[in-house]
Amino acid sequence: MSLLRIAKRQEPLGVGGSCCVLAAALALSLALAGVFLALGGTSPLSALSVLLHGAFGSRHALEDCVLKAIPIYLCALGVAVAFRLKIWNIGAEGQFALGAIGATWAALTFPELPKVALLPLMAAMAMAAGGLWGLVPAILRQRLRTNEIIVTLMMNYIAVLLLDYLVYGVWKDPTSFGFPMTPLFSDAAIIGRIGGTTINWGLAHGLVLGLLVWAFFRFTRTGFAVLAGGDNVRAARYAGLPYDRLVFLVMVASGALAGWAGFVEASATVNRLQPSIMVGYGYTAIVVAWLARLHPLAIGVAALLLAGLRVGVENLQLDLQVPAAFGGIIEGAILLTVLAGGFFTTYRFTRRKRP
Amino acid sequence: MRIVKAVLTLFLTLWVGGAVAADKELKVGFIYVSPVGDAGWSYSHDVGRQAIEAMDGVTTSYVEAVPEGPDSERVMTNMARKDFDIIVATSFGYMDSMLKVAKQFPKTVFLHCSGFKTAENMGNFFGRMYQARYLSGMVAGAMTKSNTIGYVAAFPIPEVIRGINAFTLGVRAVNPKATVRVVWTKTWYDPATEKEAGKSLLDVGADVVAQHQDSPGPQEAAQEKGVYSIGYNSDMSTFAPKAHLTAPVWNWKVYYTKVIDEVRKGTWKAGSVWPGMAEGIVDLAPFGPMVPKEVQDKVNAEKARIIAGEQKIFVGPLKDQSGAVKLAAGAVASDEELLGMTWFVDGVIGTTK
Repeated sequence: MSLLRIAKRQEPLGVGGSCCVLAAALALSLALAGVFLALGGTSPLSALSVLLHGAFGSRHALEDCVLKAIPIYLCALGVAVAFRLKIWNIGAEGQFALGAIGATWAALTFPELPKVALLPLMAAMAMAAGGLWGLVPAILRQRLRTNEIIVTLMMNYIAVLLLDYLVYGVWKDPTSFGFPMTPLFSDAAIIGRIGGTTINWGLAHGLVLGLLVWAFFRFTRTGFAVLAGGDNVRAARYAGLPYDRLVFLVMVASGALAGWAGFVEASATVNRLQPSIMVGYGYTAIVVAWLARLHPLAIGVAALLLAGLRVGVENLQLDLQVPAAFGGIIEGAILLTVLAGGFFTTYRFTRRKRP
Repeated sequence: MRIVKAVLTLFLTLWVGGAVAADKELKVGFIYVSPVGDAGWSYSHDVGRQAIEAMDGVTTSYVEAVPEGPDSERVMTNMARKDFDIIVATSFGYMDSMLKVAKQFPKTVFLHCSGFKTAENMGNFFGRMYQARYLSGMVAGAMTKSNTIGYVAAFPIPEVIRGINAFTLGVRAVNPKATVRVVWTKTWYDPATEKEAGKSLLDVGADVVAQHQDSPGPQEAAQEKGVYSIGYNSDMSTFAPKAHLTAPVWNWKVYYTKVIDEVRKGTWKAGSVWPGMAEGIVDLAPFGPMVPKEVQDKVNAEKARIIAGEQKIFVGPLKDQSGAVKLAAGAVASDEELLGMTWFVDGVIGTTK
């Protein structure tokens, strides 16, 4: 006989309330992380300050943080587009790999092209490759009723193996002593840096693409159809919305955005294709998209937050010798508490009246 | 009286402390590709780090599980900004990132393990592990009954291929009928995958399993099946006491303590160093109790020849898998040939792809 009863809210929690819930969730996850640190013999407060300083405390730290956030942001943007239609695309990792492969193909095939021609070509190839990789599970889902979660997840492994196959085989740099990597890209194939910073122009790509995604959902009919289809498939079909085509559309867009992230990463930060380009941005993107409740602007904030966490944890390791696994623990704790906090935006506890 | 004692102690502490501080405190940062708890590659480097941490006037720190590529560049830059005097990167994939960072911080000393690029302030180092591999191959060749030896290998890169070839030459030196079957896992550290790979070799009749992996997975596979194994990186006998015959092991301490002294004295010069068994950077772990005395004696005799420089291992005539002569009779493979090795010697079953 509990005294508390769960009731659905008449009105969803407002902006202020949601922010309170979010802040409480973050505080809870940090407190959890603090307990782990204290158990390991590190002072939680000094650890927190080292972590924050490493992530946001200096110009260098901020630049590193933004650099890391760019590919996460683009992947999360893609993931969010599909999630809006309640199509669970877990395949951003593979679509990212295909994007990197597409861009690399253009960079290696036409190294002599001028920058103005080569970079757009690389972007187009990356989007095409990533988009097609996203289209396959969409077609399988609508025609053969397969589960897109399983198919997109499995296709990640295929994509990574394809990347391995290329860099160990046909694209391997003959001067690399047999090590798996393509030759360095020509200068024309490299996205430059913004002014005197270490941040590359991928940031601008991210801003423009984010704006486009936001405008798509806000102002276009198709964007509205995706939102409606995500809310209720049956009602959407009944209203005559072309549901199949919407699924194809969001999966291609989703894959293309993740592919764009692969292009930026290969071109701007790695300057070549090599297996270590895959560091799990596609999976982090899912966490980011959920943390941000799929909103393009909020995705930017969440991407910065998680990028900061990754960068800051390195500082924590260096200064306090905290194990690397700790970063993963905080990331998981944040996701868990924020998702659990989401419960309070639609439900509330009421006190049960004694009979 | 007590006060006098306390003051004296304080004075003594300050005096001794001041004397040490007069020598410049060296800050050394390490970057590892896997967690230090891996019992393998990063662990062996961390043992070396602890040895220099114990030296006077040296403080060390490390960042583990850093992916190769842009992440490592950030970590190294961060270390250089924090005024680390020496930065050590212990994975091949850190090479290009380190080169970029080294150019930005000309006063910092950069040391890269297992690569080939150098700069004014960046040296690279490695050890002739193939010498110890050859000896471990002799042990495996002497202990096999099925004449099939398994080898769980990470990636088809020259370092690993060279190791497999040296191992096979060791096997064939004592047992010309034996063959070495290779399985690629395409992982450096993945205990489950590497154990499965070990099992797959046991299923095709291997009764000794060797490895070029950072986890002890293949050791456990061998122990469970009741056959023998050869470890790698560090003495892995605690993971498979009944199976573990021996292991080619790293002893990075030898290099790290030497390089710290050189940097401190100002005699360090950027370049490539590739010390071997004679310097003690590679060695063979103690033999398991199942290795007969005469085998041990034979291997130890060969070890003495390697240390004396009489046994170079990659000496012609050497044939590849197709039977084509790769190294003419009497010729000794050059370091360039060893560092760029992409073919298997006769006796290996598997492909370098």
